[in-house]
Amino acid sequence: MSATAVRRLRTGLGLLLLTIAVAVGAYVAVGLGLRGKVPGNVDIYGPLIAGGFLAVWLLARKVAPGADPVLLPIAGMLTGIGFALIFRLDAGLPPEAKLAQEQVTWLLVGLGAFALTLLIVRDDRQLDAFTYTIGLTGLALLLLPVVPGIGVTINGARLWVRFGPLSFQPSEFGKVLVVVFLASYLAAKRELLSQGVGRLGLPRIKDLGPLLLAWGTSLAVLFLEKDMGASLLYFAVFLVMVWVATGRPAYLLIGLVLFAIGAYIGYLAFSHVQLRVEYWLHALDPQHVYELGYGQIAQGQFALASGGLVGTGLGRGSPGLIPYAATDFIFAVIGEELGFLGTAALLMLYLGLVGRGLRLALERTDAFGKLLATGLTASVALQTFVIVGGVTRLIPLTGVTLPFVSYGGSSLVSNFVILALLVRVSAGPWERHG
Amino acid sequence: MDRQIRRLGLGLTALFLLLVGQVSYLQVFAATRIADDPANATRQLIAEYRVDRGTILAADGKTVLAASRTSRGELVYRRRYPDGRLYSGITGFYSLVYGRTGLEAATNDYLSGDAPELAAQTFSDLLLGRPKKGATVVTTIVPALQQAAARALGGLPGAVVALNPQTGDILAMYANPNYDPNPLSSQDPELIRQTWAQLNADPTYPLTDRAVAELFPPGSTFKLVTASAALENGDTLTTEYPNPHVLGLPLTNATIQNFGGEYCPGGSTTTLLTAFTNSCNVIFGEVGLQLGPDKLAAQARAFGFCATDPPVQTDCLQPTLPVIPFGQSGFFEPGRFPVPGYFQQRDPAVAISAIGQDNVLANPMQMALVAQAIANGGVEMQPRLVTEIRDSAGRVVKTFDPQVYGSPISAQTAAAMTQMMVSVVNNGTGTAAQIPGIQVAGKTGTAQHGKGAAPHAWFVSFAPAQDPQIVVAVIVLDGGNLGSEATGGQVAAPIAKQVIEIYLKGGA
Repeated sequence: MSATAVRRLRTGLGLLLLTIAVAVGAYVAVGLGLRGKVPGNVDIYGPLIAGGFLAVWLLARKVAPGADPVLLPIAGMLTGIGFALIFRLDAGLPPEAKLAQEQVTWLLVGLGAFALTLLIVRDDRQLDAFTYTIGLTGLALLLLPVVPGIGVTINGARLWVRFGPLSFQPSEFGKVLVVVFLASYLAAKRELLSQGVGRLGLPRIKDLGPLLLAWGTSLAVLFLEKDMGASLLYFAVFLVMVWVATGRPAYLLIGLVLFAIGAYIGYLAFSHVQLRVEYWLHALDPQHVYELGYGQIAQGQFALASGGLVGTGLGRGSPGLIPYAATDFIFAVIGEELGFLGTAALLMLYLGLVGRGLRLALERTDAFGKLLATGLTASVALQTFVIVGGVTRLIPLTGVTLPFVSYGGSSLVSNFVILALLVRVSAGPWERHG
Repeated sequence: MDRQIRRLGLGLTALFLLLVGQVSYLQVFAATRIADDPANATRQLIAEYRVDRGTILAADGKTVLAASRTSRGELVYRRRYPDGRLYSGITGFYSLVYGRTGLEAATNDYLSGDAPELAAQTFSDLLLGRPKKGATVVTTIVPALQQAAARALGGLPGAVVALNPQTGDILAMYANPNYDPNPLSSQDPELIRQTWAQLNADPTYPLTDRAVAELFPPGSTFKLVTASAALENGDTLTTEYPNPHVLGLPLTNATIQNFGGEYCPGGSTTTLLTAFTNSCNVIFGEVGLQLGPDKLAAQARAFGFCATDPPVQTDCLQPTLPVIPFGQSGFFEPGRFPVPGYFQQRDPAVAISAIGQDNVLANPMQMALVAQAIANGGVEMQPRLVTEIRDSAGRVVKTFDPQVYGSPISAQTAAAMTQMMVSVVNNGTGTAAQIPGIQVAGKTGTAQHGKGAAPHAWFVSFAPAQDPQIVVAVIVLDGGNLGSEATGGQVAAPIAKQVIEIYLKGGA
C-alpha cells in the first residue's frame, strides 16, 4: 500500500468510527434524556447500525477503491442523527407507531441499495449509454402517481403509488434518473446548446425545446400531483445543469422568467399555493397562530426559539407539539433539542457534502462525470435549502424531506443511491487509468 | 464548465449561509422574543415546571411552607404545601391554570431561579447538566405562633396579625376562612378548575385574605390615630373635652352617641385619657372636629392610610421591601382615609371618620402597623415577610434588612399613647386581654358596617407595654359567636391575649 492509500484508510476508518459513534451515541443520548437510561433495544439497533455502515464501507473499499472517504461518513452522521430523532419522536406517539423500527429497516435497505448501486454501476459512464431509456423511465416515475388506480393522495399531494401492501414515492427515484439523463443529454448536446444568437448570446429557438419540456414537466408535477416542492426542485436542478453545461447565463435568466410565470400561474390556479404564502407571511399573527397551517409554521418557530443556543438536550424538548415532526419538520426538532449549535453543525455537514460533491465534479475531466456530480449535489443541496428555508420561515414552506435525516423509506433509499453514484463518480475507473 | 461549477459552489454556500443566518436569528437573536409568544404557552409551562422550584421556609429555617416534589409526566415538578391551609395567606398558590399569588408571586424570580443574583449558580448548574434549581425563601413566620393564632381564632371568621415591634417582622398572619393551595397547585387541570370554581362560588370568599387583602371599618381602633393626632397637635392626656351624651353634627343629618347611649365617665367635661380608656365616641367626635380634616388626614397618611376619594396613591407610604407587593397583586391593601377635600362643605362629617366609621377602612395588618409604631417609640417599620434568599447551594444571595416605613408620631406621643393603651386594658374596654405578670397595652373596636349586620370586633395590642416584644391585631367579623351583642373587648381581646401569652410565656 502506498503512503497515500494508508492515509486514506486511516482517515476513512477514523471517520467511519466517528460516524458510528455519533449515530449510536445520539440514539443512546435520546434514551438517557427521555427516561434516564440507555434504550433497551440498543443491543439490536447498535450492532445493526454499526455493522451496516462497516459492511458498506468495506464493500466500497473493495469495489470502489480510491473513492472519496468523506461522503459516506457525512451521510452516515446525518442518517444517525435522523434515526436518533425519529426514535425520540416514537416515544411521544402511541405504542403501535413503530417509526424507529421502520426507519432502521429503511436504513438497512438504503445501505443495501448503496451497495447494489456500487456493484452494478462499476463505471458511471455505463449510464451514459442509456440516455433516453433512463430519461423516459425517470419521467414515467415522476408522473406515475397520476395514473388512476395506483396513485394515492396523501395530505393533498398525489405523490404516492401503491402496489398491494407496498407504497412508495416514485418521484424520489425519478429525480435521480432525471439527473442522470440530463447529465448524459447535456454532455452530448452542450456544444449545440451553447451556440448563442446575437450579442446577448440568446439560445436559438429550437434549442429552447428541452428547456420548455422541463418547464412543462415541472408544471405537470405541480398541476397533476399538487407537489410544489418537487416541482420547484426539478426545475431548479434542471436550470443549474443547463447553465453549468452551456456556460450561458441566458438560460438562467430565461429559466427564472419561466419560473416566475409558472409560480404566478400556480398561485392563481391553486388555493393551496396561495395558502402557503399566507401561512408564511402571517404564521405568528395572534388571530391565526392557533389555526392548522399557520400553527405548523409557528410551532416550528417556537421549537427553534425555545431550543436557543444549546437546546433542551435530546429527549427533553416538546416535539409532540410540532405537526409532521418526523418528516417535513424534523429540522425544528433538531433545533429544539440540540439548539443553534446542533442546527448550525447539521447545516455544515450538508455544506461539507455539497463541497465534496462539487469538488468531484471539478476533478472529473469528462463532461458527463462533471454534470452528473454537479446535478446530484445540486439536487441534495437545493432540497435541503427548500425544506430548511421553509421550516425556518425564510421562504414559504413546501413539503420535501430533509435528505438522509427525515423519516421515510423512498427518500432515504433514493438518497443512498445518490450517495452511491457520487462515490462511484469519485472512485470511477478513471483514476486507475490516470 | 469548471467556472460555472465554482460559481455554483459559491451560490450554494451563500444559500447555506443564509440558512445559518436565519437559524441564528431564530435561535439566538430573536429567540427569547419568539419563545415568549403567548401562543407558545405549553412549552413555557413545561420549562417552568422543569425547574426545581425553591422552598419557602418558616423563620426557624426548618419548617417547610411550600416545596417542590418530582412528579411523573411532562411536568417534572409539582408544588406541595405540607400545611396548606395554615399558611395559604403567606404562600399563596402556584397554579398552571390561574397563575401565582402570595409569596409564590412576590418572590417568583427567586423561587424559579431567574433572579439576577442566582445567575452564576444557574449557569453552573446548566454547565454541569443539573436541573435548574430555584432559591430558598426564608420567611419571618413563627410556626408555633401561626398555629396559636389559628387555634385562638378557632372557627370564627376573621384574622390575626402578629408583628415584631422593632423590626416589623410578620411573626404570624392567619385568616379565616382560607383555602388549601394543594389542589389549585396540582397538575390536574380538571381538579384545578373544579377547585377554583368551588372557591369562587363559596359565599365566604375563602380566596380573599382578611388579614391583608380586604378592608373593613376599623371602628374605635382608629381612635389610636385620632388620639395620636391630638397629642401631636398639643393635647395631653389630661386635656378636657365637653361631655354631652349626644354630639350633634351641623350640616349633616348624623349624631354621635357613646356605646349604649351613656355618658362618658367624668363630669361635664372629661379628659382625653378617660375618653380613650372607655372608647367614648362623643369625645373623639369632638377631637376630630377640633383637629379638622387636614390634620386628621395627615396623621392617617403618616401611619400609612392611603386616600380614597379621589384615589391618590402617591400620598401614602410606599414600601421598598420588594417582597411585599403593594396593592398590585392584592397581597397587602393599605388602609384608607379620605383626602381633606372629601369633607368640603360638610366638615362635621370628619367627626364620624375620627371614630373609624364612614369612609375609613383598614385591615389587621394596617392596624398592627399603627400599634407597632406606638410600641417602637414612634418609628413605623415596613412589614417584613422575607429575611433572606439562599441559592441552591445554600449560600445567602440576598438579605432583606428591616426598613423604616416612616415616623408618624414623636417618641413622646408614643409614650403617651402607650399609657392610654395600658389604661384600656387595666381599667377600660379591654380588660379581657389582661395577662397576669404581663402588662398588655391595647385598644378595642366595635365597627358598625351596614344596617342590621353584626359589628366587626377588633383588638389592637402589644406587650409587654414597657418592653414591647410582640404586636397583635385581631379582627373577628360580624360579631363572631356573640353576633350583634359583640364588642371588640369581649370577642377579639381574648384572642389577642392567647396569642401574646403563647409568645411571651413559651410554647413559641
